[in-house]
Amino acid sequence: MTLHPTSSELDRTLPNGFGAAAILAASIGSLALGILTVAGDASKAFARHLILYRPTGPLSGVTIIAIAIWLLTWALLSHRWSARNVALRPILTVSFILLAVSLLLTFPPVIDLF
Amino acid sequence: MEITLRSLVTILHGMGFGALFLLAFSGAMFELGRTEQGSAPGSTRHIHIYLVVMTLLAWLTVLSGAYIIYPWYRAVAPPGTADLSAYPQLFLKAHPNTIGWHSFFMEWKEHIAWLAPISITMITAVYFHYGYQIRRNLALRRAVLAFVAIAFFAAAVAGFAGAMINKYAPVQGGHLFHVLHGA
Repeated sequence: MTLHPTSSELDRTLPNGFGAAAILAASIGSLALGILTVAGDASKAFARHLILYRPTGPLSGVTIIAIAIWLLTWALLSHRWSARNVALRPILTVSFILLAVSLLLTFPPVIDLF
Repeated sequence: MEITLRSLVTILHGMGFGALFLLAFSGAMFELGRTEQGSAPGSTRHIHIYLVVMTLLAWLTVLSGAYIIYPWYRAVAPPGTADLSAYPQLFLKAHPNTIGWHSFFMEWKEHIAWLAPISITMITAVYFHYGYQIRRNLALRRAVLAFVAIAFFAAAVAGFAGAMINKYAPVQGGHLFHVLHGA
């Protein structure tokens, strides 16, 4: 009987699910930020609903809601994927597409298109 | 020599938290590069501490910016106010030569900046979870490095915009501190 873990046990590779969940959730949170930014800029009525802290204005709702979506998504994906390996390539592809879209949606000339 | 409370907080936000966060990227990239080359097990403790500090700096920067300084920046002047220097957003929008600093750079900065703390928090969590084992998963490691680059880009845009906006329309006001008497 071995009292201490062997080197092979210490070297056991962790499932990639945790990383995939963290990356996809970060991209979804970033996308939420971009969508809320555009929506708040396009509609004065919607912008008023985004005022969760009056001194900061609609930016408060954009940031608080986007962070809530990010953390909630992260918790849900982590719960489902952390203990297993997932198909990383399609998840990373989707993540970087979402991230690219979120970068575009926070760029003022693109915001002004809507 | 004197400085106002708002100027002091703005300096802390930009040159304290924000600049330190940007400076920390070189160290983070170096450490992550070492991982890429295959660092030894047990050598991840330093980067864990380093990434936690970076994460704290990122959050302190965006939270102080959005919830302390931005309200001062977007303050509304009483009707009939001729001198708009205490109202940076209105001051910038009042001049054709400076309106772009608000309508383009401030609009960009106030949103893109948030991608930095989101990214660096994710990177820190992934490194805490995997440690040196991340070097075994090339796709995951490269994705994390790409997020480091995105976080740097977001922080650099926000930092540049903030510095330039504060040059044209500095956030001022509040309690006056006398730093050096007679100097």
